[in-house]
Amino acid sequence: MNETRAPQASSPSRSQWAEIWHQFKMHRGALLGAIIFVLIIGTVFIGPLLWTIDATYIDIRARNQSPGWTHPFGTDQLGRDTLARMMVGGQTSIAVGLTAMLLALSLGSVIGVLAGFFRRLDGPLMRLTDLFLSLPLLPLLLVMVLLFRESLSSIFGPESGIFILIVVAIGITSWMPTARIVRGDVLALKEREFVLAARSIGTTNLGLISRHILPNVLSPIMVSATLGIANAIITESALSFLGLGFPPDFPTWGRLLIDATVYLQDYPERVFWPGLAISLTVLSVNYLGDGLRDALDPRIRGR
Amino acid sequence: MLTYTIRRLVLSIPTLLFISLGIFLLLELAPGDPMAQVPLTVPPEVKERMREALGLGEPTHVRFWKWLVQFFWIEPQVFIDHVLGTGFSEGKLRIISWQHRSPVMDVVVQRLPQTLWVVGTAYVVGVLIALPIGIYSAYRQYSIFDQAGTFITMIGYSIPPFFTGPLVIVVFSVQLGWFPFIYDTTHQVTDWDSFIVQLKQMIMPVMVLALQTTAQISRFMRASMLDNLNQDYVRTARAKGLSEAVVVMVHVLRNSMIPVVTVIALGMPAIFGGAIITEQVFSVNGIGAQLIGAIQANDLPTVHTITFIFAVLIVFANLTADILYGLLDPRIRYE
Repeated sequence: MNETRAPQASSPSRSQWAEIWHQFKMHRGALLGAIIFVLIIGTVFIGPLLWTIDATYIDIRARNQSPGWTHPFGTDQLGRDTLARMMVGGQTSIAVGLTAMLLALSLGSVIGVLAGFFRRLDGPLMRLTDLFLSLPLLPLLLVMVLLFRESLSSIFGPESGIFILIVVAIGITSWMPTARIVRGDVLALKEREFVLAARSIGTTNLGLISRHILPNVLSPIMVSATLGIANAIITESALSFLGLGFPPDFPTWGRLLIDATVYLQDYPERVFWPGLAISLTVLSVNYLGDGLRDALDPRIRGR
Repeated sequence: MLTYTIRRLVLSIPTLLFISLGIFLLLELAPGDPMAQVPLTVPPEVKERMREALGLGEPTHVRFWKWLVQFFWIEPQVFIDHVLGTGFSEGKLRIISWQHRSPVMDVVVQRLPQTLWVVGTAYVVGVLIALPIGIYSAYRQYSIFDQAGTFITMIGYSIPPFFTGPLVIVVFSVQLGWFPFIYDTTHQVTDWDSFIVQLKQMIMPVMVLALQTTAQISRFMRASMLDNLNQDYVRTARAKGLSEAVVVMVHVLRNSMIPVVTVIALGMPAIFGGAIITEQVFSVNGIGAQLIGAIQANDLPTVHTITFIFAVLIVFANLTADILYGLLDPRIRYE
């Protein structure tokens, strides 16, 4: 075999993903956002292995402590360690955010692709989207959680029941923007030559969608994924804040926040940690999305 | 344009009916029983009669129809009676709250001014702050002001009101002691001093709500200004010797406002939703607090009515936005 010639240094050909990564690196806020988001996820999921105080352990003699060496974030009114509770709470909040986002994303993508690809489905599906967009979402979420909390808790147990309920409720009330964006992109893609070419060699509709359409609408889907995580985390916290989220002894960031507001006058610093965690997560995810949008847009890339 | 408006108005009727039916069916599944609080000593036949009195005995579609009649026919009559002093609604059954045993709309009318005061002021303040920020950061793109503005709006997006609320309470009520952190809904504005008290208690909720509005609208304003600043007509305006102030504030601004105005119209109902949380933080006894109370008390007629009012607001805001867009931008043609 002959030696393969090394690619010429003057024109380094990079793969599409390397190109995207290169552009993404240029956006300093996005890079920082990604690092912070990964750090938060790491702390929340690996942290409890290192910081072994049980989040539900009640040490009534050590209650209401200020931050110190034994309890870096202090303790609450029952002497539970705030750092441990923050990490356990973060697991729930981030898990809710990710799963709700995945549900909303898949719903939105399916509806968007169907509406964009099949002309007969376009009208009804888009009217459905409009209908969902006109719904007052927060009141409906509250009503849904209130109505189905009992019955789902009895089937799946109090924690997983409410988890399923909140994820599904957030998922089915936040797929609409994704569906609209995806539909718009699919409509434009459908008229392109490569789709015509694929069709002319006898590709089936399913093959067309999975091989040619979906990879091309991946970038708007990924951008709305990041926004979806942020939205889901905020919504879950809002529900917990209004007293309609997870049960009281089950910490999430929103729950910790409302528990702390009761002691606002005496221990104002307690509100700070959960609020900071929520805001930092959402902020980092938003910056991440901002950077992704720029990196995935070939018109901006290379500038 | 007129036909388009009429068509949209007609189309909004089935939308609203569907939404109303959806909410009704969702509530129909409610496991809670309004009779749960009645003592056990009350005999079953009396309980059955009480159930009838609440209108619970009849099948679903009859009750939905009755609600529709009450909301769209009887309540407007009550309103006309109230304004003109006529007697159309005499003896007709209104939507009764299970919680207060009084008409739902009466409670809504009592609570609405509180919400409108706080939410309305916050929205106006938010828009007024957002527009100059958006204009200036677009004009000086990538300047320090623009970078700072971007960062602040990102924060406004990311920090939920249930965190900024307690935060401003800690800073301004607990530490500095400037403002009260519970909104006094019974406060009457009679003279200058009581007006100052009202102003003081409104500042914090307005601040929290306005931050959200400002974040969104200044982003839109900036993007819209940036789109227009590079257009050919701007170069023409500069070339014919117009001053920079006239170019930016008259030529560019007027064109950039077109999408922004529709965004402002679209955002109005959303701020009512956000107000639910802010009202909870500051104990404002508004319509959001009423909704939360009704949800917790299983007061289905109130929940249905208030949720539907929100839906009506959203549908009409969407309609207004679309029509405004057509009116302001002559390039948009609705057929």
